[in-house]
Amino acid sequence: MDLNYSAEELAFRDDVAGFVKQHLPMEIANKVLEHKRLGKDDMVRWQQILYARGWMAPAWPLEYGGCAWSPVQRHIFDEVCAEAGAPSIVPFGVSMVGPVIMVFGNPEQKQRYLPRILSSEDFWCQGYSEPGSGSDLASLKTRAVREGDHYVVNGQKTWTTFAQWADMIFCLVRTASDGKKQDGISFLLIDMQSPGITVRPIITFDGEHEVNEVFFDNVRVPVENLIGEESRGWTYAKFLLSHERTGIAAVGRSKRELRLLKQIAAQELKDGKPLIEDPRFRDKVARLEIDLMALEITVLRTLAAEKAGHPPGPEASILKIKGTDMQQGLTDLMLEAVAYSGLPHLPMAWSGHWLGEHVAPEYALPLAARYFNFRKVSIYGGTNEIQRNIVSQMILGL
Amino acid sequence: MDFSYTEEQSLLRDSVERYLEKNYSFEQRRTLVEGREGMSAQVWQEFANLGLLGLIASADHGGYGGGGIETMLVMEALGRHLVIEPYLTTAITCANLIQMAGDEAQKRILLPQIADGSMKFALAHSERSARFNLAYVETTAHEESGEWVINGAKSVVQHGAVADLLIVSARTKGKPGDAQGLSLFFVNPAEPGVEGRDYPTYDGMRAAEVTFKNVHIGPESVIGVLDRGFPVLEAVVDRTLAALCAEAVGCMETLNRQTLEYLKTRQQFGVPIGKFQALQHRMVDIRIEYEMAKSMAILAAVKADSEEVVERRRAVSAAKERIGRAARFVGQQAIQLHGGMGMTNELPIGHYFKRLTAIDTAFGNSDHHLDQFWLAQAAQATPVPVRLKSKWKQI
Repeated sequence: MDLNYSAEELAFRDDVAGFVKQHLPMEIANKVLEHKRLGKDDMVRWQQILYARGWMAPAWPLEYGGCAWSPVQRHIFDEVCAEAGAPSIVPFGVSMVGPVIMVFGNPEQKQRYLPRILSSEDFWCQGYSEPGSGSDLASLKTRAVREGDHYVVNGQKTWTTFAQWADMIFCLVRTASDGKKQDGISFLLIDMQSPGITVRPIITFDGEHEVNEVFFDNVRVPVENLIGEESRGWTYAKFLLSHERTGIAAVGRSKRELRLLKQIAAQELKDGKPLIEDPRFRDKVARLEIDLMALEITVLRTLAAEKAGHPPGPEASILKIKGTDMQQGLTDLMLEAVAYSGLPHLPMAWSGHWLGEHVAPEYALPLAARYFNFRKVSIYGGTNEIQRNIVSQMILGL
Repeated sequence: MDFSYTEEQSLLRDSVERYLEKNYSFEQRRTLVEGREGMSAQVWQEFANLGLLGLIASADHGGYGGGGIETMLVMEALGRHLVIEPYLTTAITCANLIQMAGDEAQKRILLPQIADGSMKFALAHSERSARFNLAYVETTAHEESGEWVINGAKSVVQHGAVADLLIVSARTKGKPGDAQGLSLFFVNPAEPGVEGRDYPTYDGMRAAEVTFKNVHIGPESVIGVLDRGFPVLEAVVDRTLAALCAEAVGCMETLNRQTLEYLKTRQQFGVPIGKFQALQHRMVDIRIEYEMAKSMAILAAVKADSEEVVERRRAVSAAKERIGRAARFVGQQAIQLHGGMGMTNELPIGHYFKRLTAIDTAFGNSDHHLDQFWLAQAAQATPVPVRLKSKWKQI
């Protein structure tokens, strides 16, 4: 039993930290650390820097251009990057569709898509949810009908994150409607430039445009874009959900946010004294910090089990529930810390380039929108209630 | 990083578990709780035979030379089976204290007697006005013609009545609350001037109120360096806290298992109640709290032996705080999910809950350790530039 990193792991951490320090563009790090809005160019720029170093796909096998790092190395990498203020890697390509193509795709698909995911040449989005199919995902209705060497796709996806920027979408579509609802689903890769696709923004109540509706009107998709076998898509979707999930707790990011929270609470004053000295506020911060310690060790336990050959299945749901609890708790406390200063609503100031005058401490401006925005984390990726269903069935056997 | 146990540690864990599984049923425990002694001499002897009582003593004093991890493994098992014997006070708290601060003669004489089961110890430290402040000791010891004379009162001394020897904290300098000036003494409870009242506690164990009125003891009774007892006490209490965390995790493990079993077997509305989502989600939350607690108990066990006081304090206090919260939730909800049955004296559920409740109080509850945790952190905040402009302008 030893909670310390080994000498090799420490050397690895130094290596990653050195690289990040040297190559992470300061203007991107500042946006992240000041909670400002990141554009596609920021995200892709960082991803291409990692790509140039060969670090874009830590979990992929070497033969596909990955790093084949151990679970602990991946954790260290995530943590070092998060601490420095690197943007999170957009997961849809490298963490989601990539592994599915690797395992279930044919040689042509692997050759065509995997390098373009690594280089961020293709920006991917995920076509899962539909207006009538949220938690009950398998009830999805978007249809794909085979016509010669094409599928003709009709229907609608929703909550599609970054569809406005995406070159490709991986979609669950219905190719059969008899039998069990899970049985008639197929996994299709669709070019977002295809005629018949319309993307309509959904503005969330924090004022952001992250998610979209995506409409498919007689979209013709070549049959070679089918992954695996027709009507086996649900199996691939489930595989995707069980892959690379320990990062889901986002411990590194939350540790960084905790540090920022303490900084803010040291700046904000109550009765002329730093807010962080107020016992009532301080206790909340302390409790959150302790929760985060507990989550981190739980993640490390899961990683150790993975290293020993037990990849996390439903255990990842526990990490998702607690991880998102903490992310939300942090945004909540940050807004609480700045009190009145959180009220000014100046969306233009969320970008890194705004040169206008501030009405409150600059760090306070994005915090309200961030608090509102983060309500999403307990909803996306399977609501935390669905995660509890998963734990209940798969771990507890209820 | 490594979460595995050595072969020796696994053996230790398995042997305790096997013994308790076979010989320490809830019914047997009930008989012990109702008895006058509040423990079983036979179980105690078996603990000695298994090497558990010598867990802490170094090999040259007849012990196993165990540390935080070994303590955790044993205490988890004791928690799973709700053991009431004075194991923690004797074999963990006092054995650690003697091993850490005792002189060669004290160690040579006492540690083997702990290991073979012939001597039991109690820590007579807590006082009515101190609550959880370790340094708040009013009991005094002063020198009188080459002897020490102790006066004062100790409250809720765990397993005080069965102890063959007490370890007493007393002030030799300074005032209550000072870390400096605290000293530790061995006191034979049979000495004239020592009075005790023995009573049961709600968790099935026993404690005592002990008063010291002009109790004369020899100079060889001092443990460690005079006036410098506090750091020793603090280190020993941290190891005790880590042990309590592990015991709580053991209790929670049993509560998880029994409650889950109940959800699968208890039928209402024609189905097992575990089919109801409201109860499923509650059960998941119970399980999650257990996992968080388990992680923190590991952290405490790993750091408990550290001589880096601040790092140790931060880890151990964080663990005790988090586990106190987890224990309250798991205990309360285990009863809730058992419905009326959970309220009965007959089922073990309520008894595990009671032990968890006592553990939260032991050596500082969650609130106390939240404070300790915060004090231990060097919360060095880097200043963030504040840009406030005073002119009114429309934006």
